Amino acid sequence: MNVTKPVGAAFEGIGASVRRKEDLRFLRGRGRYTDDLSRPEQLQAWILRSPHAHARILSIDTAAAAAMPGVQAVLTAKEAEADGLGGVPCGWQVTGKGGQVMAEPMHPVLASGKVRHVGDPVAMVVAETKAQARDAAEAILVEYAPLPALPDMAAALAPRAVALHDEAPGNLCFDWEIGDKAATDAAFAGAHKVVRFETTNNRLVPNAMEPRAALGEYDPNADEYTLTTTSQNPHVIRLLMGGFVLKVPEAKLRVVAPDVGGGFGSKIYHYAEEALVTWAARRVGRPVKWTCERSESFLSDAHGRDHVTRAELALDAEGRFLGLRVETLANMGAYLSTFAPAIPTYLSATLLAGCYTTPAIHGQVKAVFTSTVPVDAYRGAGRPETTYLLERLVDVAARETGIDRIEIRRRNFIHPDQFPYQTPVALQYDSGDYETTLRLALEAADHAGFEQRRAEAKARGKLRGIGISTYLEACGIAPSKLVGQLGARAGLYEVANIRVHPTGSISVFTGTHSHGQGHETTFAQLVAEQLGVPLGSVEIVHGDTGKIPFGMGTYGSRSLAVGGAAMVKAMDKIIAKGRRIAAHLLEASVEDIEFGVDEAGGRFRVAGTDRTKSLAEISMAAYVPHDYPIEELEPGLEETAFYDPKNFTYPGGCHVCEVEIDPETGETQVVNFTACDDVGRVINPMIVEGQIQGGLAQGIGQALLEGTVYDSEGQLLTASLNDYAMPRATQVPSFGVSTAVTLCTHNPLGVKGCGEVGAIGSPPAVINAVVDALRELGVTHVEMPATPLKIWSIIQGKGGALSAATA
Amino acid sequence: MYDFAYHKPSSIADAVKLLTDDPDAKPVSGGMTLLPALKHRLNQPTALVDLSGIAELRDVRREGDALVIGAMVRHYEVATDPQIMAAIPALARMASTIGDTQVRNRGTIGGSIANNDPAADYPAAALALGATIVTDRRSIPADDFFLGMFTTALEPGELVTAISFPIPEKAGYAKLRNPASRYSMTGVFVARGPKGVGVGVNGAGPCAFRQAEMEAALAANWSVEAVAGVKQAPDDLNSDIHGSAEYRANLVTVMAKRAVADAG
Amino acid sequence: MPNVTLTVNGKTHAVEVEGRTLLVEVLREKLRLTGTHVGCDTSQCGACVVHIGGDSVKSCTILAVQADGAEVTTIEGLAAADGTLHPMQEAFREHHALQCGFCTPGMVMSAIDLVKKHPDGLSEQEIREGLEGNICRCTGYHNIVKAIAAAADVMQGRATEVARAAE
Repeated sequence: MNVTKPVGAAFEGIGASVRRKEDLRFLRGRGRYTDDLSRPEQLQAWILRSPHAHARILSIDTAAAAAMPGVQAVLTAKEAEADGLGGVPCGWQVTGKGGQVMAEPMHPVLASGKVRHVGDPVAMVVAETKAQARDAAEAILVEYAPLPALPDMAAALAPRAVALHDEAPGNLCFDWEIGDKAATDAAFAGAHKVVRFETTNNRLVPNAMEPRAALGEYDPNADEYTLTTTSQNPHVIRLLMGGFVLKVPEAKLRVVAPDVGGGFGSKIYHYAEEALVTWAARRVGRPVKWTCERSESFLSDAHGRDHVTRAELALDAEGRFLGLRVETLANMGAYLSTFAPAIPTYLSATLLAGCYTTPAIHGQVKAVFTSTVPVDAYRGAGRPETTYLLERLVDVAARETGIDRIEIRRRNFIHPDQFPYQTPVALQYDSGDYETTLRLALEAADHAGFEQRRAEAKARGKLRGIGISTYLEACGIAPSKLVGQLGARAGLYEVANIRVHPTGSISVFTGTHSHGQGHETTFAQLVAEQLGVPLGSVEIVHGDTGKIPFGMGTYGSRSLAVGGAAMVKAMDKIIAKGRRIAAHLLEASVEDIEFGVDEAGGRFRVAGTDRTKSLAEISMAAYVPHDYPIEELEPGLEETAFYDPKNFTYPGGCHVCEVEIDPETGETQVVNFTACDDVGRVINPMIVEGQIQGGLAQGIGQALLEGTVYDSEGQLLTASLNDYAMPRATQVPSFGVSTAVTLCTHNPLGVKGCGEVGAIGSPPAVINAVVDALRELGVTHVEMPATPLKIWSIIQGKGGALSAATA
Repeated sequence: MYDFAYHKPSSIADAVKLLTDDPDAKPVSGGMTLLPALKHRLNQPTALVDLSGIAELRDVRREGDALVIGAMVRHYEVATDPQIMAAIPALARMASTIGDTQVRNRGTIGGSIANNDPAADYPAAALALGATIVTDRRSIPADDFFLGMFTTALEPGELVTAISFPIPEKAGYAKLRNPASRYSMTGVFVARGPKGVGVGVNGAGPCAFRQAEMEAALAANWSVEAVAGVKQAPDDLNSDIHGSAEYRANLVTVMAKRAVADAG
Repeated sequence: MPNVTLTVNGKTHAVEVEGRTLLVEVLREKLRLTGTHVGCDTSQCGACVVHIGGDSVKSCTILAVQADGAEVTTIEGLAAADGTLHPMQEAFREHHALQCGFCTPGMVMSAIDLVKKHPDGLSEQEIREGLEGNICRCTGYHNIVKAIAAAADVMQGRATEVARAAE
């Protein structure tokens, strides 16, 4: 399509850093987040949660609580079971070795018989005010018989460990493998050298700044429910909650996700509280709102990561990778959250080739139940874990072979002429250019000048190190047929409905959801450019099952690659219909009508003439069909498209981190961070850079600050912002961010995705830099998070590091 | 929060009477520690006695060789008051690092001293400078005031009204923040003044304390090197997921060196 | 129950509260000024920052009764009556200093106090240290720091507009 910049107007199309439409309401304090909404007669809920990691519930006495001031209902598993509520479902069924399907224990909305983690919901009090509900919750008497806690995977897998669920003896959820074991064994048998590496990918608490909230309403006249919730995917919530928990048909259940204050994965899942407020609204006959407290969210929002992995890499004499063996233990927590089984398997082990030509790979994953908060996707979801493993392993290999860290990567890169590239772990990469992003990042980071900076830092008493990571990830999820074969219980297409109104303004209804990504701007740029209308006349509508036909939501960097592609498909239909209308109005054949965008906007033209109709003229004709091919064509100009992607998309790039360590305190400061990422075509560079910067801060947080600690009794020690270290402005640097583009070959926009690359590529770059800074001390590895205490302890030679490679 | 009655007296005498008449009432100054504790339902006072209406608690004045700072003077005011910046610039600098801007806009020196959080900044300064804690009924030397974790020499109903700091020749402060809470993991305040050398340590132990060996070393030779050689024993120091006792012991020496450098 | 009088964004309100009612609860629930957010329960995230008498304060860590008689400004009160954004709001938009928007009101209110407290301008390090009490999970702070520097230049007369930064 030809696009000409309108004369005299600021360019607002694809490639322009248009300032965001959504900002005006946020900056004026007029955002509408779930907790901002209040309904007449609304009640407030408080959830009583388990103080035990694992215990039998002997009795629950709610009589005193029910008699407290303002209390309207006290609900427990007894009431939930009486009303026939189902369990919280899991959206993905993994089939393990020998065709063994995963253990899938019941996940009740309120604990039934047993509690299985600290924070497991036991009862809900509904009262006039939140303070009253909380006061009454303290009056509920629960008698527990404590059982042994299973605070980590080692405890859960220990011989004779108590089973958390009867359905999962030995606390094993599944034992799964991928790749060719025999070929991998053969590669190791012929190897010149084998390097080994073990690591724990630290468990993280997502901490989107808006705590979760849910507001349930029930209209008895229409017998309709409305749930307003902090969700990344309202249609998925409607499907899971309506279909499995409350058993309410879609037509009677509306789910709205209004402005949502960040998600990072944690707001994908269907949570018990959503079902509880919706159910309670009907029982008490009034709207019921629940808003999570931050400390409560540490005990109730799904956590991320928590993989323990052992890897071996076989190399030839030139440092070429011959084979890779990986065994991972993946913590599922106490119950299976919506996507949990897919994270360590299809979103992690399938990435084990990275951007390298390793010909033989075998990966195994055991998923384990523990008495901890459920674990699911957190920004990157599986890909940060594999990227960290590979990029640390490659550095270990470089050190053990004596080959330069950059050179060993170059020797093993998949080269641009090798695409499409079939990996030995299922994926086929469509495009990429890892050498270019490596070169550009090294130049931008002044890698050549590093030794001088190291010497200068040493003169100031600081240990300076540099680290790189060259990563690849798979996102834009996902082809429905493929994921269906892999166990997904839903399709992963996306939906767009485009409504051209009579006077030419446009509403775009998308099944994706924006909770910080700026879709209202990026998608408007896309539609405005392709249909040749001003940016201001395009409105993006999302987050309401009552308005949008269907949708799978936003996660896995899929919104533009899948949701944007659906818009392109819908626009193609709009243009096709417009051509038929134009052919009628211009008295030409449809084949002779072409659509293009010029200074005046989108126009249908009789080829080779100056006879045209604007899009607005066509839409007016479509809605006022006085002169219209009414016998052949329906009035109106509105089209819906479902787009199912043909493949994942494969962003990649290079991150370069420089740190300075204060050897007296062990404090690490990131002093330079440079990223060059290939995210495919860029619609709005300002927004893309912002996404990458934010991802980098989360990656730096994982590498240096954020660690989730349970004690031996299964109590969460990092259960508030007082104990869990979130990155603050002084703890991250200014970032040098750039992009280098290879186009995705299988979606119509050539886009790949930018939401997760920052969090995926950065942790190994940081740790590689930390290890480099400490190399003169003989340090070979530092586990994440590399806290001041840990680094100081390593420097003191008192342990604290897992000595990785040569152990 | 549990509910409570609220009083806002305008004189010290009225405040003391309210607190004495109701042993379960609590005074509140800035509330920067008390309110978060109340929100988590960690305590249940019957009443809060708000001291912010008592004008006489807000004075900063010079009394001979001492600087007297009223209990309700806020951290931001300590950080920016010209008299304090001129007389004890290290104290002003220290105040400028307490918590965050919003804490400094509300939190008070008297509240911090009376609360005696082990990770609070002021107690180390009070010890190092040889301050006197002035209450509604007496004056207590800092050495006798800070008794243990969240424990002071204050009697029931007794209110801190001011802190009197002897003006030092030189003083300095350095701390390392806890990576999560951002409170002091370990901070050291050093001073040389009319009462000799003082070295106060916060964050490291259950209560702020004076480091006598460092005081002796600095008295003999005021230099970074002098404290560099003094090792703090880790016995009885705090230990948690962010810092072991050994780590904090190391930080005492490191922060002492930096505090001496800060003092010049 | 106690009565308190608050002047919020220039308008005086008399409200009945409990002793335990927080200022933020009055703002959000009684006055329906929901631009001020609550992001934590440990007084750390700063999403609830408002101005009292021009100083930034965490409205989740002050009782409504403690604010009796105070002049409170919230994010809703920053723009001019004709809708013109405050330079800090304008700079946040210009420099893409917000993503999900949840921390933004508190961030903007803190930033204005920060600039006020540094009348001679701020270094990048001073801006970062000045944001100690505000957590953002989305932006990585990079663009927030740029926006505050740009707004400071305008607020302190060194520039006339929060010009598009050198990218």
